[in-house]
Amino acid sequence: MSSTGRTQREPAATQMLCARTDTALKIVIVDENPVRAAILADGLREAGYTNVGRIEETTKLLARIYALDPDVILIDLENPSRDVLAQMFQVSRAVKRPVAMFVDQSDTAAIEAAVDAGVSAYIVDGLKKERIKSILDLCISRFNAFARLQDELETTRNALSERKVIDRAKGILMKAKNIGEEEAYALLRKTAMNENKKIAEVAQSVVTAADLLK
Amino acid sequence: MNGDRLRIGYIPLTDAAALIIAVDKGFAAREGLNVELVREVSWSNVRDKLNIGLFDAAHLLAPLAIASSLGIGHVKVSLRAPFMLGLNGNAITVSRGLYDVLTLAAEGDLGDPTVSAKALARVVAERRRRGAEPLAFGMTFPFSMHNYQLRFWMAAGGIHPDEDVRLVVLPPPYMVESLGNRQVDGFCVGAPWNSVAVDLGIGRILHFGSDIFARAPEKVLAVHAAWPTDRAEILQRLLRALDTAVHFIADLANIDEVAALVAAPHRLDVPPEMIRGTLEGQLRLARGGAPRNASNYILIGRDGAARPDPIHAAWLYAQMVRWDQAPLSPELLASAEACFRPDLYDTALRELPRALCAPADGIGAFVGPKFDADNIAGYLGAFRCPPQNS
Repeated sequence: MSSTGRTQREPAATQMLCARTDTALKIVIVDENPVRAAILADGLREAGYTNVGRIEETTKLLARIYALDPDVILIDLENPSRDVLAQMFQVSRAVKRPVAMFVDQSDTAAIEAAVDAGVSAYIVDGLKKERIKSILDLCISRFNAFARLQDELETTRNALSERKVIDRAKGILMKAKNIGEEEAYALLRKTAMNENKKIAEVAQSVVTAADLLK
Repeated sequence: MNGDRLRIGYIPLTDAAALIIAVDKGFAAREGLNVELVREVSWSNVRDKLNIGLFDAAHLLAPLAIASSLGIGHVKVSLRAPFMLGLNGNAITVSRGLYDVLTLAAEGDLGDPTVSAKALARVVAERRRRGAEPLAFGMTFPFSMHNYQLRFWMAAGGIHPDEDVRLVVLPPPYMVESLGNRQVDGFCVGAPWNSVAVDLGIGRILHFGSDIFARAPEKVLAVHAAWPTDRAEILQRLLRALDTAVHFIADLANIDEVAALVAAPHRLDVPPEMIRGTLEGQLRLARGGAPRNASNYILIGRDGAARPDPIHAAWLYAQMVRWDQAPLSPELLASAEACFRPDLYDTALRELPRALCAPADGIGAFVGPKFDADNIAGYLGAFRCPPQNS
């Protein structure tokens, strides 16, 4: 207490110790989606958590979890097996270490963010909640990143299929009207503008009409 | 669509019928409500989304509404149940192998739960003698009627459910598969999963839930505790829409339409005959067998089933105490009872509950002491569990 130098050093030392033990936390991810699980596991490893496992199969989920004996369990909300984990809250012979859901009643925003992202976290009872806050934050951002990735993929997929339809429509027009490719595309675009539609929509009508007239 | 917007979560089970009919038949819209029903995959999700306000109301396991209000096993969020979405509706199914063993061990009619429970106790003891793995039974959630039905039944035969067998939580869609690959030897679940196991020849229905308890509080409409005061008027309209729905469901002339709406792909996504059979209380016990009929197999609104009964809340709390999920205290009992709100039901519907032939203690268990909410310690003391050397 007398030396300021000492009181300043102490928190730093505690922090370091905490940081070291935290990266040793054993984390298990329960997610049937391999891509999302990989994204999350990578994120955790990058953040220094080296002890990250994954459970893909949800049959005998409790036995699998006990075999890994994790400190933290992360599970996606689309997984019906979330209810299986409810059994781990119970203090009974079937349960080796009681588990609590990561919830902080004072921090509803964090819970909302997690539910929104589609993930929930469970911790071994007694583990300080602050210690896993950063893990949950990381989960939320990775889950959101995955959702964005899915959206982008969907957009790309749509764009690709639009491209294909437009190509087919162009081909049909070129053949029917005996015109060049550029002219066929210009015709599609003009019609789209006149009718206030997307080029892909007009192209789809052309393809549908051509199929009907076959 | 116009009207006050409400998001209501549900699990695709037959006792979500009142919500589905209220919305899909336009009864909610007629009350000026624009209800979005959200299908969920787990009770944990339903509870959490209700807790943080993503859902305005939810189809919830009756015991889970109480556990949440008491803060047992999870964060404490006070919920209120102003409407019962269903009483009864479960069944206990066992593998064909276990059924055969039980038949050999039974002294009497296996359809009598006292006989079957004692037979099960003999099987359990015999397995222990030869060092076999304990039998495993699936149920849907620690705070569920399924859990309490299995435990009550087993204990009646002298089995301690936490020591002599393994009770495991399984999501209902995984029940049948788990019975098929012998992860469990039996389960207690709601419709349509017992029938699915029977139709596949994997399992045999041993008892209807109504064989264990004549009148079991199964699912509630749960809302936040603040709702009845903050948005009293909207809640009343929702309750009226649900009341119209349960009347519609209770009228057998509508059964085909009800079955079709509830079974629809965006709702339960099962064959309509399955819903129909459940609502009629006609279930085949074994593949190829004649259906057994029980008029109280599931009660949706019929016989005053929609009106919450605080005795049911007290009884559910007593089950939690019996199985070490909660300590016994007058405060917790009062909180549990406050969860079920017949007054809200009465205010909204201005209709006295119809006369009904309910059991004297509200529950009607097949064996054991009559339930007494004023003397839970005495009631629990009357069960000899763990049994004294049976």
